Amino acid sequence: MVEQFQSLPAPQRGGFAAALDSDLLHAFLRSKITVAAALITVVLVLAAILAPWIAPHDPFDLRQLNLLDSHLPPAWLADGDPRYLLGTDDQGRDVLSTILYGSRISLSVGVLSVGLAAAVGIVLGLIAGYAGGFLDALIMRIADVQLTFPAILIALLIDGTVRALFGAQRNETLEFWVLVLSIGMSFWVQYARTVRGSTMVEKSKDYVLAAQLIGIHPATILFRHVLPNVIGPVLVIATINLALAIITEATLSFLGVGLPPTQPSLGTLIRIGNNFLFAGEWWIAIFPGITLALLVVAINLLGDWLRDALNPRLQ
Amino acid sequence: MLAFVVRRALEAVLVMLVVALIAFALFRFVGDPINQMVGLETSFEERQQLRQALGLNDSVLIQFVRFVWHALRFDFGISYQFKRPVIELIGERFPATIELAVVSALFSLLLGIPMGVYTALNRQSWLSKLFLAISLIGISLPTFLIGILLIFVFAVSFQVLPSFGRGEVVRLGFWSTGLLTGSGLKAIILPAVTLGLFQMTLIMRLVRSEMLEVLRTDYIKFARARGLSNRAIHFGHALKNTLVPVITIAGLQIGSIIAFAIITETVFQWPGMGLMFLQAVQNADIPIMSTYLLLVSGIFVTINLVVDLLYVSVDPRIRIDRRVA
Repeated sequence: MVEQFQSLPAPQRGGFAAALDSDLLHAFLRSKITVAAALITVVLVLAAILAPWIAPHDPFDLRQLNLLDSHLPPAWLADGDPRYLLGTDDQGRDVLSTILYGSRISLSVGVLSVGLAAAVGIVLGLIAGYAGGFLDALIMRIADVQLTFPAILIALLIDGTVRALFGAQRNETLEFWVLVLSIGMSFWVQYARTVRGSTMVEKSKDYVLAAQLIGIHPATILFRHVLPNVIGPVLVIATINLALAIITEATLSFLGVGLPPTQPSLGTLIRIGNNFLFAGEWWIAIFPGITLALLVVAINLLGDWLRDALNPRLQ
Repeated sequence: MLAFVVRRALEAVLVMLVVALIAFALFRFVGDPINQMVGLETSFEERQQLRQALGLNDSVLIQFVRFVWHALRFDFGISYQFKRPVIELIGERFPATIELAVVSALFSLLLGIPMGVYTALNRQSWLSKLFLAISLIGISLPTFLIGILLIFVFAVSFQVLPSFGRGEVVRLGFWSTGLLTGSGLKAIILPAVTLGLFQMTLIMRLVRSEMLEVLRTDYIKFARARGLSNRAIHFGHALKNTLVPVITIAGLQIGSIIAFAIITETVFQWPGMGLMFLQAVQNADIPIMSTYLLLVSGIFVTINLVVDLLYVSVDPRIRIDRRVA
């Protein structure tokens, strides 16, 4: 019975849960992998948060940069410099330090845009599920239309529009928030759909009826009473979306419409390094690439584990 | 059935109108179209004349109707960067993107289906585990990173495949193809693999889970009881029944292949529509952006519609479900 149940919603089950089946051996393997994923995530996140204190160099302090030190290979290769463990880039910046600061920026964009997407999605989902009728139809039709298009295309469009609106007066801070906005607004649909579904179930329960009877304001009912009961699945979606948001940010930055080289995220670093790949200077692109891959895979695995552990009925 | 077709077609038209409205709003309100078209030395009077001639002084509704009317006749205005009609630019880039999309879709189907069948039939073999590990990479890694890694291995380290461009192209009327020359064929390998890897993993996982499900059903047991060979059961009965959802998903994925081509085309400097769209985003070239938006949504909406209708006509169970719901 259990096995049959698990094999049912096959196309929706992405990530690792589908890759390794529900056999006991695999479950054990998976838990070991989950532990490893958790460790990697914690290490990477801590390293990103503590970057200003643990990075060997400050890549943004121009006084510390020396062009004579540029294009150095990793320390263990011939010509390597022990001061720069993973080598230096074209401006003489220490690759390890730029990776630490880069993951900090990648993670902030990821967390903030997931927060924005969740906030917008939850509010719209609560309203749609609770109000029903015209509002519900309107919000869900917009969601359907947006779902027709891949998130990356929507993020690119929002980014391009803002770019055209602001023209020359762009700066680094603005780029950062434009990125958060474009990614956040391209991911809200999933939250809205899930929250709407569970809100419709909660709406007819006794505690909501009781609250309505004693005349509590609908907004209070929604946010104080319904929201805590529908938030579970949202957390799972948020974890899996964090990996997606980080990928989207890296992709946009790699495409050259994200963060500028003066404020590099992991994607920007890979973009910079890509220019030197043919010259044989692989370390400038490959190390940030590995960091990005590790971060994304680890967060994905954690999200899958969380989904299995909480076992909410997703979509 | 007819009511369903009509309703779905009307919905598709409505979606296209909404997209057209967004494209129009981009075109009309983001930046001043006149400023983009003329030089600094143009006088105020000349600008007003141009404004009048282009109909920018009419009411917004009339302008929108005119925009849709022009779009229906494939007149999408003039690119700010290239000072040429957008439709000409798209026409030049269109074959490259379509060839890339078709080759990578073929790659993902021709590899994904056999790999899915194999992993479903031999669940414990080491090769299945290898396939599943590859599929994990295909799903987790961003497309551009896969592209860079492939370039690093095959173009930089081993120097066996080119890393950018389309190679030599042959012109067949309005269509330029790279599939008839040796260098063109070599050039398409890395981009097509990069673009198709995600779809391949998706199809492999889908075929695998559908196969596992079908193999548990009674009619497979009955086929075994009749003494049919494994081969006839697996391919004649099981695989055939898994293909309906696979074709649906694969059809729907064509849309995202075209969208993800933006990334692949940038990594490999593939001269297609995606690369042009990205350059348009970087340079705020609104006519190209809005045209691309219209074109891609047109393709998406058409595919969705066709897949929906095919699905209903192929699988009678859905019709009954819809009626009940």
